[in-house]
Amino acid sequence: MDRIPILRMGKTLLVTIQVDMQDQTALTLQDDLANEIAKTGANGVMIDISAMEIVDSFVGRMLSSISGIAGILSATTVVVGMQPAVAITLVELGLSLEGVRTALNVERGIALLDRAREEAQIGS
Amino acid sequence: MHTEDHSLLNALRGDEGAIIDAWMQEASSKDARQRAQALEILKLLRDALASGSDTNRLESPEWDGLRSALTELSSSRAAQGQSASDTNVFVLALKKPLFAAVSEKGGDAAALWTMSRTVDKLAQHTVTTFQEARENIIRRQQEELLELSTPVVKLWEGVLAVPMIGVLDSSRTQMVMEALLQKIVETGSELAIIDITGVPTVDTLVAQHLLKTVSAIRLMGADCIISGIRPQIAQTIVHLGIDLQGVSTKATLADALALALQRTGWRVTRAV
Repeated sequence: MDRIPILRMGKTLLVTIQVDMQDQTALTLQDDLANEIAKTGANGVMIDISAMEIVDSFVGRMLSSISGIAGILSATTVVVGMQPAVAITLVELGLSLEGVRTALNVERGIALLDRAREEAQIGS
Repeated sequence: MHTEDHSLLNALRGDEGAIIDAWMQEASSKDARQRAQALEILKLLRDALASGSDTNRLESPEWDGLRSALTELSSSRAAQGQSASDTNVFVLALKKPLFAAVSEKGGDAAALWTMSRTVDKLAQHTVTTFQEARENIIRRQQEELLELSTPVVKLWEGVLAVPMIGVLDSSRTQMVMEALLQKIVETGSELAIIDITGVPTVDTLVAQHLLKTVSAIRLMGADCIISGIRPQIAQTIVHLGIDLQGVSTKATLADALALALQRTGWRVTRAV
């Protein structure tokens, strides 16, 4: 079974999805990611979906729930590199991924996570 | 061959120049090109009759030549912007000279009836093809309009704008959305301004289309400002109870650009 690797970069966890997601892969990823955040104490999660050309409603919901789970574990999630066709599909499916932060590319995603960290520091 | 068809053919074999002259006079036309077209039609009609084609079955292959000549006539007239009735009148004007020619050759009522029916059929064919030609023109123009109306322009580094013009329907929204999202990926722009100054009315459906576009833009990781909201449209939006879901809205494109510059960290000042 495919397992999507989770890379750790300092306080950020990086997930690059380069295969078409099966439902089971998505559930495993969600599980792994929750464990990994808890273990490493990461405060940022970046999910790169630029290689994904097909996103169904299940994967869409998975992205939402990862964001929610990470939020509870006090980590900010940012989804980067969504393809136009994928964005249109999700909108047509009625999924606007409320609460999920998005960025155009990895660079912007890192900037967004940095900003979120600063805000959190000011807040605390 | 029916005897009626035969007497029609006899009439056509008579003085061709006289028939054409009378036809042109009847159609009150002095155009040399129309005369040439009339000559062509008359010749094809004669040839078709001479080869023993049945006037009852105008849709049969023997009449292909005449039909294509009429099609050409009507499509050239459609392209010139003439009306269907003008084209129809032109073909029907053939009836009077033919009537004269047939009765001159001693044609009876049955022969006249055949002549009349044949000309009517020709005219009907002309009108049908005229309409088709017109519809083709309209369809092509619609497609062109659709493509013309979706330009995505770069206003500033990282700021794109789409001036929406015309009624927003599903297909238009889809095209705009695709073009805009593609451009966002290409240029890496973080802000898109949708200007709806040219959108005549905003109802719930249009608002829904706009919100779809905004959602897609946000999913991509960019943000969106809607500008060009006229006072009446603002009132309509509120009356209809449309929730714009926290989308930034501005009255003019200039205001939207100012906001975009502010968000992207630019400051514009006067030099003097």
